[in-house]
Amino acid sequence: MFELGPALSHLFQVMRSFATSHGVSPVLAILISKIIQTNIIILLVSLVPMLLVYAERKVSAFMQARLGPMNVGPWGIFQTLADGIKLMFKEDVVPSGADWWVHFMAPVVAVAPVFVCYAPVPFGQGLTPVDLNTGVLFILSVSGISTIGILLGGWGSGNKYSMLGGLRAAAQLVSFEIPRVLSVVPVLMWYGSMSLRTIALAQQGRWFNIIPKWFIFYPVIGQVAFIVFLISSVAETNRTPFDIPEAESELVAGFHTEFGGMKFALFFLAEYAYVFLASAMATALFLGGGDGFLLPNGIIPSWIWFLLKTFAIVFLFLWFRWTYPRLRVDRLMQFCWKFLMPWSFVNIALAGALVLVRMR
Amino acid sequence: MNSTTVPKTAAEVFPQKPPEKGMFISLGPQHPSTHGVLRVAITVDGENVTSAQPDIGYLHRATEKLAEKRTYPQIIVLTDRLDYLAAMTNNWSFCLAVEKMLGVQIPERAEYIRIIVGELQRIASHCVFLGTYGIDIGAFTPFLVAFGRERERILDLFEEICGARLTYNYIRIGGVMADTPVGWEKKVRDFVKEMWGHITEYDTLLTYNPIFMDRTKNIGTMTPEMAIAWGVTGPNLRATGFRADVRKDDPYGLYSKMKFDIPIGKQGDCWERYWVRISEMRESLKMIEQCLDMIQPGEWMAKLPKVYRVPVGEGYGHLEAPRGDLGFYIVSDGSPSPYRMHIRAPSFINLQALQQLIVGWKVADVIAILGSVDIVLGEVDR
Repeated sequence: MFELGPALSHLFQVMRSFATSHGVSPVLAILISKIIQTNIIILLVSLVPMLLVYAERKVSAFMQARLGPMNVGPWGIFQTLADGIKLMFKEDVVPSGADWWVHFMAPVVAVAPVFVCYAPVPFGQGLTPVDLNTGVLFILSVSGISTIGILLGGWGSGNKYSMLGGLRAAAQLVSFEIPRVLSVVPVLMWYGSMSLRTIALAQQGRWFNIIPKWFIFYPVIGQVAFIVFLISSVAETNRTPFDIPEAESELVAGFHTEFGGMKFALFFLAEYAYVFLASAMATALFLGGGDGFLLPNGIIPSWIWFLLKTFAIVFLFLWFRWTYPRLRVDRLMQFCWKFLMPWSFVNIALAGALVLVRMR
Repeated sequence: MNSTTVPKTAAEVFPQKPPEKGMFISLGPQHPSTHGVLRVAITVDGENVTSAQPDIGYLHRATEKLAEKRTYPQIIVLTDRLDYLAAMTNNWSFCLAVEKMLGVQIPERAEYIRIIVGELQRIASHCVFLGTYGIDIGAFTPFLVAFGRERERILDLFEEICGARLTYNYIRIGGVMADTPVGWEKKVRDFVKEMWGHITEYDTLLTYNPIFMDRTKNIGTMTPEMAIAWGVTGPNLRATGFRADVRKDDPYGLYSKMKFDIPIGKQGDCWERYWVRISEMRESLKMIEQCLDMIQPGEWMAKLPKVYRVPVGEGYGHLEAPRGDLGFYIVSDGSPSPYRMHIRAPSFINLQALQQLIVGWKVADVIAILGSVDIVLGEVDR
């Protein structure tokens, strides 16, 4: 019953009016409240990876007949926190063959775009940090900057394995960006908007009072778009079965072989933040955002629905990782260019036909 | 090149023809996928391998020389340390050689126990192969399932009969160390019953996974001619389609009484080498079941004097170890310790074929091929 969005906006309203009544200029009050909101988002983005790392450990453990972390806190819930603290206090080692400046910049460039990318995500009713009217485009383009960070990491380490990993990463990420963008195009065509919030809101409603009007339930185009988006998102986040850039058995650890301590942690944070971001995008684009199903509206607030769906997709990511082997690098490219790309184009054509039918 | 120095650069490894173009990569000795301290010096042209040279000797312990200063029963301890994933068959192979020279008759119960532990050992060893091969290909879960669950059960069974989990020293000259504990046979039977289901699970998890098949099918093919020319034995040879198994060709123990098939492949690619091992696990289960049906209470050790001298002469005992034809060649001068002992280690000989097997494939395939040959460095370097 508790919608977080209106409550938060009301809270900020009260705080702003309190500040202005005590002699703070309204512009400054708005600025300060925006800074507080930004910090909440940054905190959230930093905390989500910790949660996901814990989830990954537990999920993988249960898939592998193990228990996972059990000692730090009840059921090991503080294990990630302990690891984070450990990584923070570790010595920062820069190999002698490395380019210091590039080596230093790589994790920063990799992680910085993630925080920005969370801006247009509609976490629920009234919980869109910034409702950009080009939200989808914004996320897809800004998240592409992280590729440069990975390339820098491979280049600046002065290590052959890192170099190979970085080059593979660049080739893979640039290639999979294309089907990923193309898979989203049908959604944009259908709803006529690039704002994630508008798209999520447009998916409310029911067919025959039972099937939600989510994009994934649109015949053929919805499913194909969702599957292509999911596959290319897994590839974009460098996770198994597409973890070629960090293929452990071939390239030791790929582009982050020579990174330790906090620099490694930043790469790690970027990966998990992108996993969550991709899941959140899939939720907003294909699964109706904060729209509930089965239960009547309002029993469970929209932000909880949104998080539930997002974590369901995150679970898919984890599931893939712990059951599939790794593709070979040339097969990966073939898969991208000869399979995902053509089907995305077919899907766009189909979506175009459906849009025409709707216009009639 | 001086034979005593370890090659460091491409020019040292290939003195006649250093790579004109491409890159020299030293895969190992500290690399996640070399299964121990093996170094493969490969030159690549882009992603294609142009030459490969295995560099071994990091784990050399001079086992053959050490054996010359120990009495025969003491050498069994050394054999444990060869192929540390299949210590039972190492014990057995050495004992076969000595028993042949002594001409001692083994009690029937001991023979059955030997087959049971030998085949359990084969399953445990192939479980390790399956798990590590999964990791090589990028799937992590099969490792913890096969290595951490099923192999652990087998090690528990071994611990019950001999107290050790890795270096057993259980099969002795003339029989086995001790009779099985009460209820052990029932536990083995329960395990075998469960294991049938687990192997089906491996099939769904890894064997017929499309990505796994894509990575391993038609990769690293070996012809029977090539395999025989290099002296390759075991599952690697059978995967090429050549039916050779010491258990059938030169039956030792009571294997002539056992009913089992020899799984063979067609073209000897990575997937078939893997598949032959999976199928062998099923055959092993069949044999264990037969042994459990036929085993009778009785003596487990032949009557041998406390101190015995092996007659002057030479003897060779070999058997089908999980990795191939494992043989012990012993020359005796009548003293309590052998004059000379030579070990025909299958891993060592299978490894040699790598330099021809890897060339022409991609770097990612090198890992798949290296893993599929299934070497144990403890046996390669001895």
